[in-house]
Amino acid sequence: MTVYLLCFILFLTGLYGVITRRNLIKIAISLSVMEFSTFLFLALVGYREGGVAPIVDTADPVKTYVDPLPQALVLTAIVIGLATTAMLMAVIIRIYRKYGTFDIREIKNLRG
Amino acid sequence: MTVIVKKTTQLIAGIIFLYGIYIILHGHLTPGGGFAGGVILAGSFILLILAWGSDFLHLVREEQGSTLYENLAILVVLFLALSGLLAGVNVFFANWLPHGTPGELLSAGILPLYNIFVGIEVAASILTIFLALIIFKEEVLK
Amino acid sequence: MEVAISVITIFMILGAIYAIHARDILSAVIAGGIVGYSLVICFLLLQAPDLAIVQIVVETITLIIMVAVVLDSSRVEAYSRFDRRAWITAGTAVVILLVLFWFLRAASSHLAPFGESSLRMADAYINGAVERTGSVNLVTGVVFDFRGYDTLGEATVLVTAVLGVLTILRINGKKKLT
Repeated sequence: MTVYLLCFILFLTGLYGVITRRNLIKIAISLSVMEFSTFLFLALVGYREGGVAPIVDTADPVKTYVDPLPQALVLTAIVIGLATTAMLMAVIIRIYRKYGTFDIREIKNLRG
Repeated sequence: MTVIVKKTTQLIAGIIFLYGIYIILHGHLTPGGGFAGGVILAGSFILLILAWGSDFLHLVREEQGSTLYENLAILVVLFLALSGLLAGVNVFFANWLPHGTPGELLSAGILPLYNIFVGIEVAASILTIFLALIIFKEEVLK
Repeated sequence: MEVAISVITIFMILGAIYAIHARDILSAVIAGGIVGYSLVICFLLLQAPDLAIVQIVVETITLIIMVAVVLDSSRVEAYSRFDRRAWITAGTAVVILLVLFWFLRAASSHLAPFGESSLRMADAYINGAVERTGSVNLVTGVVFDFRGYDTLGEATVLVTAVLGVLTILRINGKKKLT
């Protein structure tokens, strides 16, 4: 049970970063921290005590296997996470070229 | 970069590329599959670009090619998903090819084909993102 | 097993806190890498080799992109000093986090204990999956056969993200460079 609580604390750390930081790159890092905590939670939910990785041994098929469904969901979500992080970086670098700063409060002031 | 780095990456990048192809083709037997292998394939190209700089290849042409392959691959995946209708199974995403013996390379019906084309799509997508960032940097420098 | 994963998770939390509070943006990016690479070890301990392979390569490419963006622009955080507005924001954030933590703790009492997966569909996906899909790797069987719609959706999202990057970055068009 402590593992789940630590996983939640990791999520909340990322949320704290998103709320309080003013630097755009730090907000991007905090978002990816939240993403990682979600992946860890899904992998934790699917784990079974004494289970082996979900690759069936055809010689000895009766074993305890880890649940493959959360792993399949996380597998696709990791690659999507890379694409969305890269898109976030593209937006951030565009903003930097236009305003010359990463600070969201200053960007707001510059727009008037 | 220095000559040592360039030569080392020249030797390594091909092996990484082969490893990515291995991961994709054995996706239904060992850990890995289209997503993992595609990212490794893109990684070998990114390694070469980082070591050799952006001058030795024609960036815009590379980007056009990778965009084309990405879109073609997602179309082929869609066609494979629809191919069950042509074969008379009438189910979207039907595994209608013969399954074969589990544990052999040619088995699992249509799943290796999905693995191959999703691998091409993921590799081309990540390479396109990287090339777009580099081209933007070059345009700003000019 | 639970103790090992707890220790690694505490390490991840410390790395995340340092990444949020670092003065130098480059060291913040590197400290964010701690979280990603520790996640690889967690996946290996949780018997998920597929995820470990993907995560270690994806984290490397993410770090390359982030470091390239930071080195291309400014490295110093402009305002790390606390003024009155920053205190108000931090106080509000802590209150929200405490409330959320209370809810999550209450919700986690409904979860099964660690190591005893209680998902009803797990047995349906494991038993007889090899005969139905022909794939020895159960994760590949779930990704492309049982859950094919999900995979098609995720692939579409990937294509859309790439189109978004091209739209945002290539405003000048392709005529200038060719």
